[in-house]
Amino acid sequence: MSEYVIEMLNITKEFPGIKANDDITLQLKKGEIHALLGENGAGKSTLMSVLFGLYQPEAGTIKKNGEVVKIHNPNDANALNIGMVHQHFKLVEVFTVLDNIILGAEPNKMGFLQKAEARKKVIELSERYGLHVDPDAKIEDISVGMQQRVEILKMLYRDNEILIFDEPTAVLTPQEIDELMEIMRNFTKEGKSILFITHKLNEIMAVADRCTVLRKGKYMGTVNISETNKEELSRMMVGRDVQFEVDKGEEHLGDVVLKVEDVTVPSKLHSNNAVKNVSFEVRAGEIVCLAGIEGNGQTQFVHALTGLDKMSHGKITLCGHDITKASIRNRSKFGMSHIPEDRHKHGLVLDYSLEENLVLQRYWEPAFQKCGFIRRGEVRKYANKLIEQYDIRSGQGSITSARSMSGGNQQKAIVAREIDKDPELLVAVQPTRGLDVGAIEYIHKQLVAQRDAGRAVLLVSLELEEVMSVPDRILVMYEGEIVGEFDPKKVTVQELGLYMAGAKRQEKAITEESEVAQA
Amino acid sequence: MRKGIISVLSSVISILVGLLFGLLLLLLVNSGAAFSKFGELLTAGVSSSAKLAKVLYQAAPLVMTGLSVAFAFKTGLFNIGASGQYTVGAFAALIFAIIFQMPWWVCLIAAMVAGGIWGFFPGLFKALFNVNEVITSIMLNWIGMFAVNLSLMNIKNAAGKLIMLPPAWVNSPIKDRTADLSYANPSAIIPKAGLDKLFDSNYMNISIFIAILFAVVLWVVLNRTTFGYELKACGNNKNASIYAGINAKRNIVLSMVIAGAMAGVGGGLYYLSGTAAYNIQKVLLPMGFNGISVALLATSNPIGTIFSALFISYIQVGGESLQPVFAKEMIDIIIAVIIYLSAFALLTKTILGRFIKTDKTNVNDDKAVEAEAAAEQQKEAELKANEGAGILPPTVEGETVPVEENSEESEDKAE
Repeated sequence: MSEYVIEMLNITKEFPGIKANDDITLQLKKGEIHALLGENGAGKSTLMSVLFGLYQPEAGTIKKNGEVVKIHNPNDANALNIGMVHQHFKLVEVFTVLDNIILGAEPNKMGFLQKAEARKKVIELSERYGLHVDPDAKIEDISVGMQQRVEILKMLYRDNEILIFDEPTAVLTPQEIDELMEIMRNFTKEGKSILFITHKLNEIMAVADRCTVLRKGKYMGTVNISETNKEELSRMMVGRDVQFEVDKGEEHLGDVVLKVEDVTVPSKLHSNNAVKNVSFEVRAGEIVCLAGIEGNGQTQFVHALTGLDKMSHGKITLCGHDITKASIRNRSKFGMSHIPEDRHKHGLVLDYSLEENLVLQRYWEPAFQKCGFIRRGEVRKYANKLIEQYDIRSGQGSITSARSMSGGNQQKAIVAREIDKDPELLVAVQPTRGLDVGAIEYIHKQLVAQRDAGRAVLLVSLELEEVMSVPDRILVMYEGEIVGEFDPKKVTVQELGLYMAGAKRQEKAITEESEVAQA
Repeated sequence: MRKGIISVLSSVISILVGLLFGLLLLLLVNSGAAFSKFGELLTAGVSSSAKLAKVLYQAAPLVMTGLSVAFAFKTGLFNIGASGQYTVGAFAALIFAIIFQMPWWVCLIAAMVAGGIWGFFPGLFKALFNVNEVITSIMLNWIGMFAVNLSLMNIKNAAGKLIMLPPAWVNSPIKDRTADLSYANPSAIIPKAGLDKLFDSNYMNISIFIAILFAVVLWVVLNRTTFGYELKACGNNKNASIYAGINAKRNIVLSMVIAGAMAGVGGGLYYLSGTAAYNIQKVLLPMGFNGISVALLATSNPIGTIFSALFISYIQVGGESLQPVFAKEMIDIIIAVIIYLSAFALLTKTILGRFIKTDKTNVNDDKAVEAEAAAEQQKEAELKANEGAGILPPTVEGETVPVEENSEESEDKAE
């Protein structure tokens, strides 16, 4: 019997013109937590797709317990007891937890469901691993953390021995992350093997036994976590030294740039308000972060602030202008820039070229048009200036289709466009979402540079590392309300987590403060 | 540049496969005459200057309805109402010609305005109430046709004569079509500028040049102006255009008005030729629907529209030579196959794109990242297809029909 449960040896997978996986070897020991680390586009997903039979590799073999196996489709993978928790859950919202778990592997007699049996097994598994899931709750009623546990139970129910977690912590609070780590350790005690895909170094250091690093489709090596450190791992991943701390000097507060008073936004999903009586100020020269777990009203608030949606109550003032009812174009003219949450939905016209996208907010200015005709020479010149200044990389320069650019460079293009507008207020919503370490470092530097140049920056973020390192002030949003205000230097991640999860709130402090302000 | 070549290639491939299919069909029906008739089909359009004149004459209104559909496509709208707009345009042109005794160019402007009004309503309903423009414009097709028929049969002059019909102008029993312009108002006939003598055909006039002029103007509007920039942004990504402060609603209305105006001019060009009279019958005019074919074959490029309209017209003229050995419908089938294939233009494009891409094997890091991203997107699509079969929105011409979007649900499309 081999030491390894799963071995992927010398895997090469080519797509037209590119080797997505180039001679990659990944060996998973029985009972270990093995991290797979790499930036976006490093080939992690391709490798997992090969393991799941979604792609057939051009070269290389896969072994299970030392024997060569062929995996032609996901069913083969399932038969080999390989299970995966996807980054985006694959659950039926209106079904109960139990229904979701048995979906696709329903126990039946002559075509009739045998739920009692299944229920017993689910409850037993749930207790054994301390998952505490109610089998009769509906998915739409339970938290994201619980939904993830349902996904985990799905794997356990199918007796999977090899568990793959794809970026499992992205949606969790700090407390939930700790619990997940504990659950993962329990699994390894039971002899299950875990493959943990991530780009968060802290988590790898905390929980993994070994780590395999990929960079640009190539195998960079496998290291024992006990013999390495964060710096070495990041160097292997990125190919150079990365700065983790955000470098920033003292803040120099200026006038109030953005004043939000009592803003309420109705929800489109239910009769409750998505945003409830939110009030705060952002001054020139500071970065204020709106933190919170996904789905607590941040998106709706930003839409109301930037004019994409209407609010039902409240007032927004930007540099002394009442912009409560202003059009998007006017908000932009008054000095608002917006790096949107979803760069494909809002930020870019993907079928436009890079240069056309770079003038998306300014094409109507006299600098870029004359009598309704676009001054193409000027647009080209401006685009080339931004491309150079912000180091936006693309296949064919300014005429590259935005669709064909990498995520990081798409985001750089948006950041360049919004910052170069010279705004009074920069609203940046999850500006580093889905980006690799190098790009994140770059965007954080740009945000700090804006603050140092005396602009007001409102950052909306779900990433705790970002929340702790970038802003000067943190506002925590929970269920549409601001439940706490913190100085990132004086608060711990754990403390913040309690507010984000709704376990604590500074109710009095805030109302008093606003009363003082009004008086 | 490469994109343009691929577009043209994919259309040409559709045409070739369609013609091949036509040949097979002819062989199946009458193998003896198939090859000789197929040869005639391909050459009839240039067999004489008179035939060529007919090709050009029929192509002019086709270019216009093609432009109408193509322009709306660019803004993300499907103008299936070109037929109604064309009919209303023709009606306005004839009213201004016969009743108001206006010169041809005033009649054309009237046609343009009338077509524009007919396009305005679907646009307005789309913008204000999000009513699907396909449904409103189909209904306006029928409303337009019956309203026009009813009006033509009932408009009387002061003397009580049905002024739009031939008996008002000459001694004629015919009452199912409009009066001949050479009697009713010769000044409303589009000038021939000596082209009729050059081509030795009464059909020939300057209408094809007017149509080409419009095509060039629309190309300039779409590709060189801020207005075109806004329109295309709305068509490609409505959310992003709203984010950029573009008034998407206004642009939807304007785009439909312009599309309608183009179809209206088409109606004017055809019925002001002096060689065509409007037949009062209860069918929608096919010219509008052929515009959809023209736009598809041209992949919505205004300049491409000129060539695809010329091609469709050419093969229609060629189709006349199939008779009487083959049924006249044969050519419609062949055209239908070509259009059917050109609706696959997107697919052909992707295949061609891949084919051309694999030729270049010099890989740099940026490309590597792109390909990986593309591969992941493809994988995600496969996963979705596996799980969500049946709940995906229906598609038209390979484009996803916009569904009511839920702005609270921000789908993460990041890799």
